[in-house]
Amino acid sequence: MKVKISYKGSTLIAGIIGELDHHSAEYIRGKIDSELIKATTKNVILDFSKVSFMDSSGIGVIMGRYKNVSKLNGKLSVINVNDQMMRIFEMSGLLKVIPTYDNIDVAMNKM
Amino acid sequence: MQPINQMKLEFSSKSNNEGFARVVAAAFVSQIDPTVEEMADVKTAVSEAVTNAIIHGYENSNGLVRMKCILFSDAVEIFVEDDGEGISDVDLARQPMYTSKPEMERSGMGFTVMESFMDKVEVISEVGKGTKVFMYKKFNSLSKE
Repeated sequence: MKVKISYKGSTLIAGIIGELDHHSAEYIRGKIDSELIKATTKNVILDFSKVSFMDSSGIGVIMGRYKNVSKLNGKLSVINVNDQMMRIFEMSGLLKVIPTYDNIDVAMNKM
Repeated sequence: MQPINQMKLEFSSKSNNEGFARVVAAAFVSQIDPTVEEMADVKTAVSEAVTNAIIHGYENSNGLVRMKCILFSDAVEIFVEDDGEGISDVDLARQPMYTSKPEMERSGMGFTVMESFMDKVEVISEVGKGTKVFMYKKFNSLSKE
C-alpha cells in the first residue's frame, strides 16, 4: 500500500496504490490528512486507478477525507473508479455528495 | 447438491489477515472457474465479514477467527466465525449506514455489501459468545440449465 502525492496547480492529487481495506485505511488516512494540513491547497482528487481491491472501509476513508476537505472549504472528487468499486459507491449513497470522473482532466475542469 | 471440496482456516484477529483470508477464499473458489467479477464479489464479502470479526468481535484484542468454505460445482458456502463480543441487535447491525464505531470512520456498509455481493447472508450472534456469519453464492456463469 502506497499513496502517491502530487500537485496539479494548487490541487492535491492522492494516488492510492494497492488494496484499500480496514488494514490499510489508517495509513492512507494519515498520509492524506498530513498533506492536507501542510498544503496551501483546498481541493483534493483521489485517484483510484491503481486500487486493486476495495471494501466498505474505502467508503469510510473517502467520507472522512470529504469532511476534512469541506471544513477547509475545498472540494473533493474521485477518479478512475472500476465497476466493482462503483457498486459499493452506489450502495453507500456516496455518489450523492462526492462526484466521480473518468480521468484527471475532467476532474480538474470541474473543480 | 453434493459438496465437491471444502477447507477450514483459523487465524489471529490481526488486520493484516483480512487480506490473507480474502485471497485464500478467492483462490479456493477459483478451482471451479467462476468469472473475475464473481471472484471479486466473494473476495469483498469475505473481507467485510472478517473485518467485522476483527474490529467488532474482538475489538482489536487477540482472538481467533475461523473461516470454512464448502464448494459445490456451481456455488460456495462460506462461514466466518469469531468467539468475540457478539452483536446485541443483529437487525440493527445489518441496517445500511449503521455503525457502532463512527469515530473510526466506519461506513456501516459491511453487511449491506455482503448481502448485495452474495445470494444469502445469515447472522447468528450471542452477546459474550461470538458471531457466526453464513454466506452463500451461486455462480450463475457455471450453472448448467
